[in-house]
Amino acid sequence: MADTWLPIAELVKDVQDGKVKASDLVEKSLAAIKANSDYNAIIAITEDRARERAKQIDERVSKGDKVGRLAGVPFIAKDNFLVFGAESTAASNILKGFTAPYQATAINRLEAEGAICVAKANLDAFAHGSSTENSDFFTTKNAHDKSRVPGGSSGGSATSIALNLAPFALGTDTGGSIRQPASFSGCVGYKPTYGLVSRSGVVAMSSSSDVIGPMTSNVKDTALVLDIMAGRDDLDGTTIERQPDYTELSGDLKGRRIGIVKEYMADGLSDGVRSTIESAIGKLRSAGAEVKEISLPSIGLALAVYYILCPAEVSSNLSRYDGQRYGFSVPDAHDLEASYMKSRGLGFGKEAKRRIIIGTHVLSSGYYDAYYKQAQTVRTKLINEFAAAFKDVEFLVGPVTPTTAFKMGENTDDPLKMYLSDVMTVAANMVGVPAISIPAGDSEGMPVGLQIMAPQRADKELLAIANNAEEVLS
Amino acid sequence: MTKLSREDILKLAHLARIELTEPEIEEYQQELSEILQYVEQLQPVDVTGLKPTNQVSGLTNVMREDEIRDYGYKTSDLLKNVPAKQDDLIIAKRMIG
Repeated sequence: MADTWLPIAELVKDVQDGKVKASDLVEKSLAAIKANSDYNAIIAITEDRARERAKQIDERVSKGDKVGRLAGVPFIAKDNFLVFGAESTAASNILKGFTAPYQATAINRLEAEGAICVAKANLDAFAHGSSTENSDFFTTKNAHDKSRVPGGSSGGSATSIALNLAPFALGTDTGGSIRQPASFSGCVGYKPTYGLVSRSGVVAMSSSSDVIGPMTSNVKDTALVLDIMAGRDDLDGTTIERQPDYTELSGDLKGRRIGIVKEYMADGLSDGVRSTIESAIGKLRSAGAEVKEISLPSIGLALAVYYILCPAEVSSNLSRYDGQRYGFSVPDAHDLEASYMKSRGLGFGKEAKRRIIIGTHVLSSGYYDAYYKQAQTVRTKLINEFAAAFKDVEFLVGPVTPTTAFKMGENTDDPLKMYLSDVMTVAANMVGVPAISIPAGDSEGMPVGLQIMAPQRADKELLAIANNAEEVLS
Repeated sequence: MTKLSREDILKLAHLARIELTEPEIEEYQQELSEILQYVEQLQPVDVTGLKPTNQVSGLTNVMREDEIRDYGYKTSDLLKNVPAKQDDLIIAKRMIG
């Protein structure tokens, strides 16, 4: 594990004041990445571009020019973000060799404030998975125990933060892919309100729930990174209006109305996670929060809703990988259809094909109403139950996952068992609300995350209470 | 419970334009039947009076002027990942036998 980083705001101040060079921060990050390569967190290093950008920032500082709010801060992007300086593969063989013709809006906004992308992190290919074991390249190791998974799909990003490879990383969360690895790896993982951050230039998976968000060592860093990425983008028509200044984290826990999700504390939760979460909630209570149990009767159905809607959307989004315009292509097919069939058959990994075929089934005529439409309607039921709960309480809390990080290989033979590790994270995606995982303690040496959820567009309030909770939990 | 046959898997794979190997066909037949059985728990859920949700943020159509904007993309950059091309054209296999 590398040395810790100062809080991002302090790092940036040092760069702005000329006390620290952006180049030194980039070299520190690159050295940490190389020294920890045995964790398989990183797919590619954007070394040359990072050094060049650091040099430009240092020159501007020495000339007395103004530099941005993230000047010189190295970061690691999950490899499903389009970034210049390396391939963008989404950890899939079908995109091996793909170099981005343009960058993701989120990356452009971070770069405009002086942040420097140093590397691309591993993930389950196309973000399909909960352990990085579905990466077409290699599996990332957990920073706390190399025989365990880091969680997924943003597992490379989570291990990167847990090992201090950079001050922040980016992830994507469609069913829990930021929060679950944050919980397994012991860092902060933030899933914003659906639509708050532009997804232009991020490889699409399931467009009605995909969001992108930061992974950091503390809540204040997350708030700063979110503040720079959030807001409308004319390249992503689903983006919503932002709140002003997410970094203004005011208030305390006194009198805050918090609901424990009753169904998440039921059978199926491991003893270690249960006791860590109960103890964390006890601390919130001691700090003055008004905590009570609250029931969302249909929340247990969220995973089934997700495993209809997600494959359906995947089957549509992944139709673009056809071996003709970019990506892997079988050259000797005898006609166009054979070229599609062979390029996709060989280019996609097992999980991508599994999801495409399920998605094709649930959308096909004769099954559409029974599967897809019913799932969309149960989604409405979930939205209504969350709305009712948020009339009663300001926030919902519970575990992020039923267990701590599992062993590599433990769930690879049974896709359904792997899917079940998302059972406590998917509801937030189905309903579109913001949710965060913050470290709550550990169980037998492995980290446990506390999940906090808030109503849609209450990201600022959620970050503020997460910041308060982080103080009482650490 | 839905049990997918070998023919079902082959038909779906063809609709999705994916060529499967023999072991994949067998594996998917088993696994996808189990996954469908899991998601079928939604079928008895009472949804009387509820409408399906297509998207969650409440946005309706997001309109813009129909005008050309320059985002700085170059044709050569956009075509650099094409597997087979001639000049600015993509070469595809024949469509009609």
